[in-house]
Amino acid sequence: MAEDFAVRMVDITKTFGHVTANNKVYLELKKGEILSLLGENGSGKTTLMNMLSGIYFPDSGQIYVDGKEVVIASPHDAYALGIGMVHQHFKLVDVLTAAENIELGLPGGPVVDRKAVAAKVRQICERYGFDVDPDKKVYDMSVSEKQTLEIVKTLYRGANILILDEPTAVLTPQETEKLFAVMRNMRDDGKSIIIITHKLNEVLAISDRVTILRKGEYIGDMETAKADARSLTDMMVGRTVTLNIRRDTPIDPQRRLEIRNLTVKDAEGVTRLDSVSLDVYAGEILGVAGISGCGQKELLEAIAGLQGTVSGSSVKYRPTGPEGPAEELIGQTPRSIAEKGVRLAFVPEDRLGMGLVAGMTLVGNMMLKEYRSGKSPLVERRHPHDMAQKIVRELDVVTPSIDTPVRKLSGGNVQKVLVGREIAMEPTVLMSAYAVRGLDINTSYTIYRLLNEQKRRGVAVIYVGEDLDVLLQLCDRIAVLCGGRLNAIVDGRTATKEEVGYLMTYLKKDREAGA
Amino acid sequence: MTQLISLLTSAIVFGTVILYGAVGEIITEKSGNLNLGVPGIMFLGGIAGLAAAFFYELHAAEPIGFVGLIVSFIAAVAASALGGLIYAFLTISLRANQNVTGLTLTIFGAGLANLFGGSLNALAGGVGQISVATTSRAYRAYIPSLAGLGRVGQLFFSFGFMAYLAIVLALAANWFLNRSRVGLNLRAVGEDPATADAAGINVTRYKYLATCVGAGISGLGGLYYAMDYIKGTWSTDGTIEALGWLAVALVIFATWKPARAIWSAYLFGVLYWAYNYITGLSRASIELFKMLPYVVTIIVLVAVSMRRSRESQPPKSLGLSYFREER
Repeated sequence: MAEDFAVRMVDITKTFGHVTANNKVYLELKKGEILSLLGENGSGKTTLMNMLSGIYFPDSGQIYVDGKEVVIASPHDAYALGIGMVHQHFKLVDVLTAAENIELGLPGGPVVDRKAVAAKVRQICERYGFDVDPDKKVYDMSVSEKQTLEIVKTLYRGANILILDEPTAVLTPQETEKLFAVMRNMRDDGKSIIIITHKLNEVLAISDRVTILRKGEYIGDMETAKADARSLTDMMVGRTVTLNIRRDTPIDPQRRLEIRNLTVKDAEGVTRLDSVSLDVYAGEILGVAGISGCGQKELLEAIAGLQGTVSGSSVKYRPTGPEGPAEELIGQTPRSIAEKGVRLAFVPEDRLGMGLVAGMTLVGNMMLKEYRSGKSPLVERRHPHDMAQKIVRELDVVTPSIDTPVRKLSGGNVQKVLVGREIAMEPTVLMSAYAVRGLDINTSYTIYRLLNEQKRRGVAVIYVGEDLDVLLQLCDRIAVLCGGRLNAIVDGRTATKEEVGYLMTYLKKDREAGA
Repeated sequence: MTQLISLLTSAIVFGTVILYGAVGEIITEKSGNLNLGVPGIMFLGGIAGLAAAFFYELHAAEPIGFVGLIVSFIAAVAASALGGLIYAFLTISLRANQNVTGLTLTIFGAGLANLFGGSLNALAGGVGQISVATTSRAYRAYIPSLAGLGRVGQLFFSFGFMAYLAIVLALAANWFLNRSRVGLNLRAVGEDPATADAAGINVTRYKYLATCVGAGISGLGGLYYAMDYIKGTWSTDGTIEALGWLAVALVIFATWKPARAIWSAYLFGVLYWAYNYITGLSRASIELFKMLPYVVTIIVLVAVSMRRSRESQPPKSLGLSYFREER
């Protein structure tokens, strides 16, 4: 019976420019159940839920709430239908109290009755087992408290259908348990809940049913009781695609970086990278796989001297192999690392934010790396000029001239300029993050070729990627991160897509015990 | 003692001018708009009020002070709110840089006001100095029986109504920001417009209204200066501009709290006039003394930054444009 469904989304399609984020996706949420929405990065989970909460509007398809077709054009419409979403990035005002945040934007008398709000908040808290102090300022709250406040806020506004976007990403295991307990209370009270996640153990622990998306497509749904981690992984990652990327056997790989107990905490005190120990060899490409935000960025930035680390962390650089002299990179700045003669190249994820200066020309961007060289007080322009010309020629960069601001170049050409510049410094270690994200096929293969060339030249290459097919066909070894921990290192030639997908989403039991 | 009373009275008159400027600017800044056009807006308020009173007195057969007061008051508020509207349109709808727009508005307001001020002086003929004596008298009227109560009367009851209106406005603004629903929403807009937007608050409308209302209040500072401080005349010496910047400094000194701005404004007045009551100062050291309000503002800024108290910080999105697509 259709009336048993709190929400049905039928044939939902949403495109952003050329990218299809959701293609004829189907989703149903029964009344009083917890549904997991499972999928890799970029599988369209959040996009789908943003359409249910009124942030995006679908290109086509129908949404039914309580059996009636509805049009949701704004968050306001969603609230009117009893749909509330807790986003990954909290929408709270720091300097206001919990009660003030809850009451924000609501209709009512000219004066906010703080006592009445606080009383109603306490009532909600008692009913479901939340713990919120209405008078506490948000800036004094922990991440977990802020999340609780967000959930209470949606309930206060009368939500019967709750959407939680990766709620456990910021929580400790104990806090996660607490959240799950509250979610069960809400379900037992008749609320319907969708939890977006990519963690299989959570899917199995909390949900009644699970819907799986892959690359914007609806793959299927099943009752959690009938699912296990393996079958879910298979549905999530799909079949292997052959890409024909060239991969040579590493010649005489020597240990170049010794990463030991590398731990990084963010400003909130949350551990983003948890005692990772890893060796990187010259002459090989080391892949780093993981769901986004599992410590990839912190790993690369800690090596590059851009990220503070917890004491005890160590990254030793050995230019001449394991027996040779070593240089400790932790505690140094990018400049001091370069001055010690360590040629560390870094192609960051944020190309125009961290990699290049968008408003400067190709030549100007070349100069960024060597403005300190030379004795003259004026900058030396000839060498960067030649370098820019060489990169444009050799990498087929499409640009009107080398005096064009890089902002005017297409994404693929921007990436060629960035990679070209980093390679031109003849690095001994080359780190890249999502180097082919958003690039067309041809440019992607150019990047693979360049990385392979560096590998042949004896450079230690680190490739952080998201496409498992590419990782498995380009990299010699793959380090799999899961929730900031190194879950396993697998051989790129023998590992399967399912295996890596499983390791990305399921922290090994023996490691979990230490958490 | 007489000297002290005299210092405090001049400090209150001085403080009233910048208190208007600061209260208006606090309301504007709470919406996330850093309007550095306060001096220009005070110029606009001053000249509009003066011109309105001048033409009323010129054309009325027997000008009545109270009517002149009403006419000039409305003209001042309207002209300065219009200045705020220009700023709001440029920064909110066209997303122009707030600092550049504000500074331009200051230059524009000063130029426009002095152009009209000069013309009015020429129109007035005679000694080349206009005077709206009747209206100005109405602005400076006080209750003689109260003002006559010795020192107390002199200190508390010897001012025109606008000195008291400034305090009332500051307290009202304080209540509005901290207690009322609209004030709560306004603070959210200035702190985190994306969150306010998601909560269903019309960010653009709040920013426009806060900027125009704020400018209208700031402009009253200029009106008070023209009508009371220099007694219904116009001078092109640029004092309004100096006072306007002090109002901006006062916003920081009061850490964006209107109630705090009240005593802070008078403190600025005391610091500014202190040189008059210290004997044996050379001309050079007088100028050093006039610097004091700015010096204490810098000290407060340093202290607030060092304490990192979250309650004393500027609105988080102050100076930034908001567009929804960047969510």
